[in-house]
Amino acid sequence: MSGNTFFPASFRRSRAVSLSLFILGIIGLISVVGPYLTGNDYLSIDLYNRFSSPAMAAQSYFGTDDLGRDLFSRTLMGVRVTLFVAVIASLVSLFIGVLYGAIAGYLGGKVDAIMMRSVDALYALPFIFLVILLMVVFEQSMVLIFIAIGAINWLDMARIVRGQTISLKQRGFVDAARLIGVSSGGIIWRHITPNLLGIVVVYMTLTIPQAILVESFLSFLGLGIQEPQTSLGSLVNGGVNYMESAPWLMVIPATALALILVCFNYLGDGLRDLVDPKSTT
Amino acid sequence: MSLLKVQNLQVRYPRSDGAVVENLSFSIQKGECLGLVGESGSGKTQTAMAIMGLLPTNAKIGGSVLIEQTEILGASTATLNQIRARRIAMVFQDPLSALNPYICIGSQLQRILLEHKFCPPNEAVQRVLAMLTKVGLPDPDRQFRVFPHQLSGGMRQRVMIGAALLGAPDLLIADEPTTALDVTVQAQVLTLLASIREETDAALLLITHDLSVVAGHCDRLLVMDRGRLVEEGKTAKIFASPSSDKMKALLAVAPRIDRNAPTTQAGDDVVLDARDISVGFKERRLGGHKNLHAVRSTDISLRRGETLAIVGESGSGKTSLVRALVGLIPTTGVVSFLGDRLAATVGARTALQHRNLQMIFQDPLASLNPAMRIVNIVAEPLIVHGENTQAQATATAMLARVGISSEYLYRFPHELSGGQAQRVAIARALILKPAVLICDEAVAALDGTVQEEILNLLQAEQAQSGVAIVFITHDLAVVRQLGHRVAVMYMGRLCEVADNDALFSRPRHPYTRALLDAVPVPDPDIQSTHRSLIGEVGSILSPPSGCPFHPRCEHAIVMCSDRLPDFREEPFGSVACHRADELDLGY
Repeated sequence: MSGNTFFPASFRRSRAVSLSLFILGIIGLISVVGPYLTGNDYLSIDLYNRFSSPAMAAQSYFGTDDLGRDLFSRTLMGVRVTLFVAVIASLVSLFIGVLYGAIAGYLGGKVDAIMMRSVDALYALPFIFLVILLMVVFEQSMVLIFIAIGAINWLDMARIVRGQTISLKQRGFVDAARLIGVSSGGIIWRHITPNLLGIVVVYMTLTIPQAILVESFLSFLGLGIQEPQTSLGSLVNGGVNYMESAPWLMVIPATALALILVCFNYLGDGLRDLVDPKSTT
Repeated sequence: MSLLKVQNLQVRYPRSDGAVVENLSFSIQKGECLGLVGESGSGKTQTAMAIMGLLPTNAKIGGSVLIEQTEILGASTATLNQIRARRIAMVFQDPLSALNPYICIGSQLQRILLEHKFCPPNEAVQRVLAMLTKVGLPDPDRQFRVFPHQLSGGMRQRVMIGAALLGAPDLLIADEPTTALDVTVQAQVLTLLASIREETDAALLLITHDLSVVAGHCDRLLVMDRGRLVEEGKTAKIFASPSSDKMKALLAVAPRIDRNAPTTQAGDDVVLDARDISVGFKERRLGGHKNLHAVRSTDISLRRGETLAIVGESGSGKTSLVRALVGLIPTTGVVSFLGDRLAATVGARTALQHRNLQMIFQDPLASLNPAMRIVNIVAEPLIVHGENTQAQATATAMLARVGISSEYLYRFPHELSGGQAQRVAIARALILKPAVLICDEAVAALDGTVQEEILNLLQAEQAQSGVAIVFITHDLAVVRQLGHRVAVMYMGRLCEVADNDALFSRPRHPYTRALLDAVPVPDPDIQSTHRSLIGEVGSILSPPSGCPFHPRCEHAIVMCSDRLPDFREEPFGSVACHRADELDLGY
């Protein structure tokens, strides 16, 4: 890792990265602005216009669903919710993972051993089942989804950050800081964490698609976002029932989901290659 | 008819301003030894790579490189393979990265023979063994099956030279062949190269930044500066009357041991006194661990305003000793510092002790936080010690004092050159006005002229603030210029501690004498005919009995292998040698 700059100069040169960023930006923009432009509410039911296909529908670009709701507005809402859940859940995992990994890596020794063996133990739990259990036992809410997804992702983040911290703490500038008299907390906060940012940001762009998938998976199972709220996963779930009669109800949200996932994966891969030129795939 | 003819060679890279090599022309005659000197970034290695056809594909190359009648630039891989190893062979700076770590060295050499069909397969092993013997590997039969990491640096470089010689090339290119080696081993490798030239009549292109390496070995010299050839001629003539400014500058700053000791005076009061310092590591092995004693019961004291230079080859424990002193690695022993006892680990020390004991590291860039701006790096010690007001202003003033102008204040470390980064590190270390500054190979990674500037800066700061300096180095020429007193370490123990003049004129320990003998002088007229020291530093995992130096010592007697000599402290120089009183090792 060159580690010199937060975003290397070659960042701008990478076509895959900039294209992904561009598409994600467009999607994000439309999902925020779109509902105001069409004037359609994603909740209002219109039983006279059920299952109108995108070609037929006059008012809505993507047609309407089984209750006559505008699919365009619902898809945009789904994108918003999905992205929101994924980003917040990734931030949760980032916060826990970076703190945990940096402390374990910097302190080392017994503390490190205990902390990382607990991570190993948590890895051994079948997390999806645990999440499903959580969803069933507690009242379903968006906060619970954040916690559930964050709880899965922070383990990887902690491991990556710990490894990076161990290599950072052998660098001369950490020794220099210790000699000045900087406390352990100060070293982790001022000297270790800022140098982790590059790799952490890259890794986060890779965990976002994971979080999207988990959220969609939970919603598809009916455990995630609840009606009348919606997400891309619940939209696909709803569309599956009418797959033969009204295929657009599944195809359109699924396409949006796939597009977002592909963009995030390209972005993450591209950023990783830029930050660490050695990891050519 | 010249062997190699380089004409108007030009190397450029896309997205970089200016050429790396610009309009370079020279030739090498059969059997000649040509030296190519210049500082880092002068295009020396790029030239060598162009000759070998090893430049990366994105390099834009112009001109021509002829080996007798064959053009190398733009030649096909098949043609290049005919030329490489047979006509031209190369020895790289870092033998560890040039050897395959997964294949034993005998097989690697064998593969070269078989690949190029230098000999019938049934003779290959014999040829390899003969070559290993020729380059001076002890016990070639056993070394045949040894892997690169099991060999010492000097032995690896011998293997590399052997590999290069397998095809009996007409031209051997050696790119900084001794830069990574200790001074005694450097002398051995240079002697080997010289004897090989006599035997095989191969031409040698010796690339180095070190004038003292070329002074004794090369017939002719090329001096490069920023991609251009600035001077060319007979070695003796160039050293006697250099015409280019660059060569004059290089000669002026080349550190040499026949200079004078520093003139500043050290104070009388002792600021740091370390007794019985030992540093041990546990080396993990399969099924248990082995204790490794990097430093064994060593005493060091330091007076105010004094510079104590600690010299030794790699593995002598000098770095471990100072890292133990500053509290970065665990140690046993008692250190009293400014009258108080110093806690063993840095975290347990008082703020006052932190302020007064600072350190500069070998790699200046690694010692600066890449995510912080220069001014904040230098201001941090003040802020940590509660002097928030004026911290930035004081840091700016300090940076100006070490020669970093205000335009650099808000830059990041990677935007600095190595020399500038070391200046910033010095500013950070000195901003708290410490009583003791420890420099761990602080100039080893820097070019000659920059090295000189940093040494001058340190001396000026010492004169101004009276800081005591412990300077660790493997370079005796630096020691001569900087140290009031000199401590020589070997395998974790002190051999000799003496005043600068005394040590350089009347060394009392045979190891000190051997070190002094091995130092090359950048002057073709004073090339020494000293014997080089035999062997290499032993393994610290299984140190020899008695005096650790006795296996390499030409004055060793029976007692030396039986009993460890005491370190006898005497007012004008202490020494640990059984025969110190009877031997006369002076010059």
